[in-house]
Order: sequence, then structure tokens, then C-alpha cells
Amino acid sequence: MATGRGETRTSTVENTKMSNGQPRNYTNGHKNGHTNGYKNGTNGKTNGKSEKGGRWQDDFEEYFEETPYHIAILTYLGYALMVFIGHVRDFLRYYGIEQDKSCTESNQEDYVPLYQNWESFYTRNVYRRIRDCWNIPIASCAGSHIDVQERVTHDHGWNFEMTGKTLKVMNFGSYNYLGFAENKELCGRDVQRVTEKYGVGTCASRQELGYLDIHRELDSLVADFLGTEAAITVPMGFATNSMNMPALVSKGCLILSDELNHASLILGSRLTGALIRVYKHNDMKDLEHKLRDAVCEGQPRTHRPWKKILIVVEGVYSMEGSLARLPEIVSLKKKYKAYLYLDEAHSVGAMGPHGRGVVDHFGLDPHDVDIMMGTFTKSFGACGGYIAGSKRLIRHLRANSHSAIYSCSMSPPVTQQIISTMSCIMGRTNPQEGRRRIQQLKWNTRYFRKGLHERGFIIYGNKDSPVVPLLIYMPSKIALFSRECVLM
Amino acid sequence: MAIIPATWDMYDLIQGFLQAPAYHLIFEALLMVLIAKLFFSKSYKPEKIRLSEKEKEVLVKEWKPEPLAPDVPDDHPALQAMEKYCVDGAVGKTVNINGKDCINMATLDFLGFIGNKEIEEEAIKALNKYGVGSCGPRGFYGTMDVHLDLEDRLAQFMQTEEAILYSYGFVTIASAIPAYSKRGDILFADEGIGFAAQKGCVASRSTVKWFRHNDMEHLEELLKEQEVEDKKNPKKAKVTRKFFVIEGIYANYGDICPLPAIMELKRKYKVRIFLEESMSFGVLGATGRGVTEHFGVSIDDVEMVVASLENSMASIGGFCCGTKFIIDHQRLSGMGYCFSASQPPMVAVAASKAMELMQNNPVMLVKLRENCERVHKAIKDIEGVEVRGSPLSPVIHLQLSEPAADRDLDMKTLLMVQDKAISQGVAITPARYLDNEEHLLPQPSIRLSVSSQLSEEEIDKSMDIIKAVFRSVLSGNTAGHGGGGDSAEAHS
Repeated sequence: MATGRGETRTSTVENTKMSNGQPRNYTNGHKNGHTNGYKNGTNGKTNGKSEKGGRWQDDFEEYFEETPYHIAILTYLGYALMVFIGHVRDFLRYYGIEQDKSCTESNQEDYVPLYQNWESFYTRNVYRRIRDCWNIPIASCAGSHIDVQERVTHDHGWNFEMTGKTLKVMNFGSYNYLGFAENKELCGRDVQRVTEKYGVGTCASRQELGYLDIHRELDSLVADFLGTEAAITVPMGFATNSMNMPALVSKGCLILSDELNHASLILGSRLTGALIRVYKHNDMKDLEHKLRDAVCEGQPRTHRPWKKILIVVEGVYSMEGSLARLPEIVSLKKKYKAYLYLDEAHSVGAMGPHGRGVVDHFGLDPHDVDIMMGTFTKSFGACGGYIAGSKRLIRHLRANSHSAIYSCSMSPPVTQQIISTMSCIMGRTNPQEGRRRIQQLKWNTRYFRKGLHERGFIIYGNKDSPVVPLLIYMPSKIALFSRECVLM
Repeated sequence: MAIIPATWDMYDLIQGFLQAPAYHLIFEALLMVLIAKLFFSKSYKPEKIRLSEKEKEVLVKEWKPEPLAPDVPDDHPALQAMEKYCVDGAVGKTVNINGKDCINMATLDFLGFIGNKEIEEEAIKALNKYGVGSCGPRGFYGTMDVHLDLEDRLAQFMQTEEAILYSYGFVTIASAIPAYSKRGDILFADEGIGFAAQKGCVASRSTVKWFRHNDMEHLEELLKEQEVEDKKNPKKAKVTRKFFVIEGIYANYGDICPLPAIMELKRKYKVRIFLEESMSFGVLGATGRGVTEHFGVSIDDVEMVVASLENSMASIGGFCCGTKFIIDHQRLSGMGYCFSASQPPMVAVAASKAMELMQNNPVMLVKLRENCERVHKAIKDIEGVEVRGSPLSPVIHLQLSEPAADRDLDMKTLLMVQDKAISQGVAITPARYLDNEEHLLPQPSIRLSVSSQLSEEEIDKSMDIIKAVFRSVLSGNTAGHGGGGDSAEAHS
């Protein structure tokens, strides 16, 4: 895409090899755009290209740097060594030469074993050694600084003991994008008031007298925030996907799911009973090819036409930090009359000039996305999820969703927390605060990524994504990194 | 036939070959050529039909998908009911519906913890310390000391080695079953289990064998059949795990599972038990430990007890408890545990406090039992209504003794009952189901829920109102439509 104005970075993987170890010149495209006297935004116009198409692709920078060869080889060797030692140790344990510290089932001699030996091999021999890097307990709010409870193991990860000490550390681990986890000044009073009025639980599902006026308020606020006609909320983010997808799609339909979709989307897709086809991550050619084949050939064997085709994507992928190429997906979906399910767990509140997610980030119309799903856990400092869309869709979900019938409704203090934070982001209460937080997040994201790059780390993902995967590769280095970071 | 013919036979063969007529030899040679050709020629494969680009464009243009969501009319009974009975304020002992305070016999707050000031105080303390959300899954700094405390407390209370906490009741059982039971394993599930357990069975992709509700003979039949199958294929049987999926108190029927009989079958046929105790935790047993305490069965004999904290504990979430060997596995393979944010700390603290209150005041369990028996006695003699549920269960189903052929008609009757009852000050609800997806759809019923907080006068008053409402609605029905069943048949 050479425009003659200097390099405009595109988002394909081929452009991003930096295996010569040089730190990437981060501001390449932008700098050149400016010094030439033209702002980046007008690049497309002067070239005769459509303004919209030029704009989002100019600003879309994603890189997945290739692993250097020697690191890859060492990593594989490391794992191979651990597996070999694991086998040796298992052998010793089986014959009683080494003490077996893992737990066993008692009084169950004639029963079929509950776990196959190889299932727990990885847990026992690889994960167990470095298991202190995860599930670290904290004794404070998950804000910008946390109090980590120190644990010590005297037998290499089999058992842990608390020492009683806490270490105050900076928090780069929790999903607290806009800092609403610490909210005493902003929403604390409102949430307290609601707790005193409604209690903590509801003990009833929505359709069985568990529908409170505060839930109604939240539903309409979410719809306003996203710019859709209506919305429905569910008390758990994971459950939003697994319980509502079966209500939308059934046998005889096709689901085209991105390779790197979250476990909740995969479980939800499996529970629908529809056929699932996976396309390569963010690869629009593969998606178009599969869509085309699906529409032309119909269902396998019978060749009946599909009832519906659903494309399932995420806004920001939590493990890669990449953004879905939403404008292209929307145009594909319109061409082939498929439906789009967008999971904005990590992007709502964190992306876009107004914090409304990837749809806002790309400047698209919310009505183009049929089903907008998201969670309140990350940017709103609460828990739960929502689905937003047309009035017809939401009416159907209210009457037929599993969560509305079989499981209890959202806890009132959590509901109030979401209402307060969402109003702040929308600018209805504390307008300065909301805008400041969104802008600060953007600045922090770019600065952090640039800083890591300049120091030579390999990081993946889109430059705007607040999720920053920093590649370490070797298991021993993972342990070292985690332990050193927490101690410092 | 000998591998190497004797030299004498060899001589005969060569002699025969030389003496054969020419046409015979030529014929044989041609046959051999034909066989060789057939052997080496490619098998017939019909050519794959390739559509041209133009044809594809036409197909793409022509294809019309179904609408994403079916059109649900605005007057769908569930939607109407939700809007009509939107509650203002806490759903505690009394519920404020449209400005009227009603006695709450609808929500599953068995021990009356909603509105308890001590719990609210603890929750607010936790709010001030931890904020609302935990902002991360358990693996990534979402594990807070309050979660570990609650898990320890639950494990101690249930007298098991370990407990694991989930952030939503539905997902608890739906994640626990697939963590252990995989493709090829067998689940013996009671037909009356709740929807969440059914989804867990589906998600596990195991073979599910349904046995009639609480019918131990049918279960034994199925087990015997399986034993015969196992004998035929012992190698496969060695790797096929078997589980029972049962509930303590069945939410759909209100009756209790025959646990001692199931324990016998378990020992005889070597099957593991998953016991779902959402309705019986905090209800049955002298201290509220559930159906194992109620029957005097040792909890070590039950592999895993799963319960939701959303009923008696008036909180949000669920837990599984059992031995370390079993529960620790879920920390890496329970989908709803690993891939989801942890419980909000204030909710965990509320559950902890509720447990503490229950442990310190076992008298509320006695009160609950008394109230259940009182309600059962009072509700027994209504004409046209059948009462389903054990006298010990706080969940009672009131079904129509002469159900109409059309389920919708019955639901309309029940909704009328609900409407009238609410207008007279008693909040009740029909049990809601997803008609097309339940394995065994129970009959339409009003589900009463008893709370330990209700006084005797309140119970008597509510029962009188409910009886009067039923009488008026059912007699009105008979007078107006000439019998529900007849009118349905006439219309169909």
C-alpha cells in the first residue's frame, strides 16, 4: 500500500518481521504522514481512495513477531527435558522409590480410575513445578497497587503455606482498564445505598419475581450506551455466552468461529448443536472462502440450504491482543447475509474515543452488528455480561434465554456499580472523570507498548489493545520472571 | 497343498503345458492381461461438481436465511408477567409489587437472609476494602483472601477436604460434570434433574442413560444391562467411568432422592455419585449439611456434592466439595472456574456471614421445617389441585389435578391464580421452563417456596388466600369454559 508518502503500515503479518533484533521505529507511518504536511487522516482522500477505507487501515497496526530460532529450539528442549524427567520421576514414584506426594483416591479399589495417567502427567510434572506463578492470592482491592499474600513451598510446589506477609506491588495482572475497581469516591456511596435497600442476592430468576426495577434501569442504560435498541444483562460473563447462544442458533445452522475464540464462545457454540467451522485468526480471505462455500454448497450430505450462518468474533482477543478487522467482517456479513456475534469482553469501555468498544473504535454503525455481547468485569469493575441488539432479538432472549428462566438475576449492588460507572463513562455523571480515564488508558497503552518495544521485548497484538502479551517462551524463565517481578 | 511340489508333479505340469492346444494358451494369456489391467486401473470416482463463479454469485444472491430471532409477540405471558411484577426494593420476606406489599412465597430465600442487617454490614465493609468486582479470573490475581476463607469454611462445614467456589450457580454443575465425564463415559441421570445439570450432561458428550424419577428398580435394570454390556467387552469397560447424577431435593418436583438405596447400588455396581444439593443445602439435616446428614450417610461416600449459594445462602455463586483428589482437578479443568472472573468479594463475604449465622443459629432450620410442615398441612385440601413435594421440602408444587390437553391453557389458569393472589397480598409464581429444551417437561404448576422467617399467622393467612384464589379461578373456569379439557379438544 505504498502511497508515496512514506511507509503506511498495513496489518498483514508479512510486514512485521523484525528478527534482526532492531527496535521497531514505532512512529514510522505517523511521522512521515506529518512531515509531509498531510495529516494521516487525509491520506486516503488525496489518493482517490474512499475516506473510510483508507482511515481505519492506516491506523491499524498489528504485529506478531516471529520467534528467533535459537529461542524456539531451547524452549522445545526445555519442555522435552521436563517431560523426560517427569517420566523418570513417575517411574520412581510408581515403584515406591520416591515418595508420592500427590493425592490418591481411597476406598475405591474396584472402580474405574477417575483420571487417566497421561491426563494428569502435565499437571504433576510440569505445571506443579512453577505453579506458584498463578492463583496468587491478594488481600486488597484489585486496583493499581495490590497486596499480594506471600506463599512459600517447602516441597517444590506440592503444598503451599502462607507466611502471613503481604507485599505491595504494582498491578499489571488484573483486568482493570479504567480503574473502576477502586471506586470509593465515585460509586461507593451509591453501591452502599443499594446494598442497604436491596440486600446482596435476589434468590429468584428474572421470570420468577427476580426482576427488579434496578435491572430494568441497567438494561436501558446499556442499550443507550452502545447505541442499540435494547439490551439484556446476565450476572456472569461466561454464562452470557454459554446460555444465550443456544437460544439464537440451533441444529441446521452454521457457526463460523475465529480460531482463537474464548472458551465460553466455544462452549456456547457446542451447546447450540449447530455445525462449527473454524477459520484462521483474522484471515478475511479464509472467512470469505468458507462463507462462500457454505452458502453455495449448503449443509453437508443433504445440501439443504443453511437456516442461518453466524460469524463469531471477539473485539479484542485476550491472549493475543489483536483486534478483529471489523469493517471487513461487516462488509462480508452484509454480502453473504450472515449474522455477526461480537464478543466485546475486553474492548467495551477500553476501546474507542467514547469507550464504546471496537464498533466505536472503527467508527461503524452499531446496528450493523446483529448481536453485541460484552462483559462488565473488565472496564466497569463489576461482574456480569450483556447482550444488545434489536428490540426483536432482545424480546426473544427475555422470553427464551436460559439465564432469564433458570438462574438467579444480577446482584443489586453489582447492578448499581455498573450503572454508576457506565454513567460516568457516558459523561452523564462526572463527565470530566470519564473522558480523562478513557484518554489516560489510551496514552498508557501506547506508552507501555512503545516502552517494551524499545527495551527489546517481543510483544504481540494491536498497538491500541490494552492487553499486552509479552512473550517469555521458556518455562524456567516464566517462573523466574514471575518471582522476580513480585518480589520487586 | 504343498509349498514346493515334488519334482514328479513339476514334470507333469510342464508336460501339460507343452501339450495344451494353442487356443487354450492364447485364451489364458488374454485373461491374465485383462486381470492385470483391472488390477492396475484407477477406481471410478465421480467428478466433483465445480460451480462456476457466476453460478456461485447467483446462489449467494438467492439464499435467504431465517430471521435471527423469531418474532415474540409483546403479550407473551412471560414478558408480560416480568413487566407487570417488576419488584421495587428487596425481595425479602415481603415484596413490593406495584406499590403493594405482598408476603413472599415465590423466591427461594429459605432462611430469610435477604434483608438481614448483619450480612449487609459485612458486605459494606468488604465493599469499602475490596471494591465491587474482582477484575480477573482465579488464575490471574482474582483470588482474594475472602474466596479462600469461604472455601475453607465450606469445606469445614461439609466435613470434606476441599471446596471450590464458582461465581454463578447455574455454571457450577454445568462445568463440574464435563470436567470428569468425557466422551465414552456413562451418566445415569434422574429424569427430574434441573436444567443446569441437563446442560452439564450435554456438554460432557457422555452417554446419558435416563432413569424414571426416583425409580430405583428402573435404575437397577439399567445398571444390570450395562453390566451385561461390560462383560461382553471387558477391555472397554475398564476405561468407562460411570456416574450417577441426582439431586438432594428436586427443584422440579419437591421430593427427596432415596439416598440410602442409591448408595447400595453405588457400592454394588461401582458407580460414582454427583449429588446436586442446591435446594437441600441449608435445609435438610440437623445442621443444614444437606441430604447426606438427613439420611445419616457419610459424606466421604459421595464423590462430589455440588450446591448453589443462591438459595439458602441468599448470595450469588456455587460450590463443589469433596476430597482433594477430586476437587483439585477442577482448578485446571472446570471451564466456569478457569475462564471466568471470580466472585465479587462482597458477595463471597455475604455468603460467609450467612453460613456463620446458620451455624450459630440452628434453630432457624427447625423453624423452616416446622413452617414447611404447616404449609403442607394447610394446602392439602384444595379441590382440583394436586400437591407435589415432600413435607420436609421448602419447595412445593401445586399442579392442576385435571390438566388440560393444551399446556398453554393450564399456564393461563395458573397466571390468573398468580394475578389474583398478588392483588390480595401473597406473591407466588408459576414454575418457568423452556418448553422445547427440557428433557422431561414437568406439568405446569405454581411453585411455593417456604421461608423460615414466616410466622404462623402469616402462613395461615397466605394459605387461606391461596386456597380461596384457586377455588374462585377453578370454579370460574369450569363455569365459563365448560371444563378446561373439553374446550381445548373442541378448539383443536
